[in-house]
Amino acid sequence: MKFLQDIFDKMRPDFEKGGKFEKLYPLFEAKETFTFVTCDRTKSGAHIRDALDTKRLMSTVIVALIPCMLFGIYNVGYQHFRAYGVADPVLMQCVIKGAWHVMPIIIVSYAVGGIWELIFAVTRKHEINEGFLVTGLLVPLTLPPTIPLWMVAAGVSFGVVIGKEVFGGTGMNVFNPALTARAFIFFAYPAAISGDKCWRVVENTTFGAVGGTVVDGFSGATPLLVASTTDTMAVTERLTGFGQATGYADFSWTQSFVGLVPGSIGETSALCCLIGAAILLITGIGSARIMIGGLVGAVCMAALLNAVSIKDPTSMLAIPVKQQLVYGGFMFGLVYMATDPVSATQTAVGKWIYGFLIGTLAILIRTINPAYPEGMMLAILFMNAFAPLIDHFVIAAHMKKRMRRSRESQAYA
Amino acid sequence: MEYINLAIKAIFVENILLAYFLGMCSYLAVSKKVPTAIGLGLAVIFVLTITSPVNWFVYEYFLKPGAMQWTGNAKLAAMDLSFLKLISFIAIIAAMVQIVEMFIEKVSDTLYNQLGIFLPLITVNCSILGGALFLVEREYDLAESVVFGSASGIGWFLAIVSMAAIRQKLRYSNIPDGLRGLGITMLVTGLIAMAFMAFSGISL
Repeated sequence: MKFLQDIFDKMRPDFEKGGKFEKLYPLFEAKETFTFVTCDRTKSGAHIRDALDTKRLMSTVIVALIPCMLFGIYNVGYQHFRAYGVADPVLMQCVIKGAWHVMPIIIVSYAVGGIWELIFAVTRKHEINEGFLVTGLLVPLTLPPTIPLWMVAAGVSFGVVIGKEVFGGTGMNVFNPALTARAFIFFAYPAAISGDKCWRVVENTTFGAVGGTVVDGFSGATPLLVASTTDTMAVTERLTGFGQATGYADFSWTQSFVGLVPGSIGETSALCCLIGAAILLITGIGSARIMIGGLVGAVCMAALLNAVSIKDPTSMLAIPVKQQLVYGGFMFGLVYMATDPVSATQTAVGKWIYGFLIGTLAILIRTINPAYPEGMMLAILFMNAFAPLIDHFVIAAHMKKRMRRSRESQAYA
Repeated sequence: MEYINLAIKAIFVENILLAYFLGMCSYLAVSKKVPTAIGLGLAVIFVLTITSPVNWFVYEYFLKPGAMQWTGNAKLAAMDLSFLKLISFIAIIAAMVQIVEMFIEKVSDTLYNQLGIFLPLITVNCSILGGALFLVEREYDLAESVVFGSASGIGWFLAIVSMAAIRQKLRYSNIPDGLRGLGITMLVTGLIAMAFMAFSGISL
């Protein structure tokens, strides 16, 4: 630690006013405060004595994301080997194959986003925004492993610039920047991020080539995609039967809960999301109100749709409640995206409402809208747009109550 | 069911403001505060609900080719007045707004004070005229036109109210100088429109 401190102290004069790298001060500041607690004092407003600043808060979210990321890397490799008929792939092979495809996406995301951050920090003379640490990792985890890298670059640029920097940076944006980036890729290049071609790496030339060909009748569909196709078979049978004959896929509840199904890199494992949720809740960084509200909303909506579709078990509405919760990006979105403290509602009551509506909308869009088999991203974005309104009404109701109370107490006095 | 479908389509899927960008001028101008946005939004719902069936009636019985068969006069029945559609719709909307304003003033003082300035403003709101022209283009019947009119109004209401709340929040943001005001509002409108695409493709 002392060693690091010495390096920073030696570099400081170069970056401070009058030094030769004066313009790049934000870069230096970001590096220093990332490793050490800042000794700056707030100049105005509320003074809080706490080591937890925005940078520490965001680093905790990164820690909470690590289980999802590691499992995602493993799963990308695992899905690849299963597609080639390997029944029980070796752990290390899966990790190496997965890392070969996932790491470039993460590196591009951090590099491109970092460059935009630096440009804005230097020209607008503010510090590098801490929020980008999270955005840069969230974006790759919501993308399929086969996404072309230039699309990652385009999406991250849109998310960081239009989703955040035009509002002035972290803490001032309206929409979640990571979701803005994903939505941009989703609407601009739909072929690369939907359908049944993109969720599994089938190309067999680099690392861990097993030889042979992809199993007969192979399809890279995700569970929700299988559920959304029209078919005469009941939806539950369709899901359990999918890929069983050739043994390359298993969409049972336990398998989906653990996360060994195709999907976006980080979203498949509900288990890892729950570990992340525990970290966020214990450290008090994620909002329990939003998470519980979202779960309750999703369960209610899924149960209601089950009741409606009792006569027609072939439709997507009939997916059992417990499976709705582990399929797709529901858990990932609820734990890491919906709880984003900037774009969510700020009031306590508002958080319940916000979470609940995200849960119901996600299930609704997923099942009712034939265009998208997954609705979590759009449900959160939609509620981002209405979060300030919910807050407005909660505060207005609160003020009304307080006014009435004070009038009543005056009347008694 | 058919009417619910139409309503959902008009509110979310083909939102008159976020999908067609109609009624943009008053949307940008009056979305600075939530209470005023609610006032204008309510006025738009109100006027769209009333003018849509009236416009439908006039088009169906006077302007459409062969609309005046009910007169029994062969010459009138052969007439095609649909070229008058635009001007007559504008006149009808203006007249209706005027009548409604006078009526509200007479009946409810509170409502009149709330809607007050906004009612005359609505005469020139393109979403009202747009709604009327869509009626003709899509050949709705009377009941459908009422549902479509009110649902379009509700969609417009949702858009302006959420925008007003966002703009109240944006007051604390550090927006680059060149984007302050209308620039950032346009960008946010685009982002809201993107969020509304969650519903595109839904039909019950």
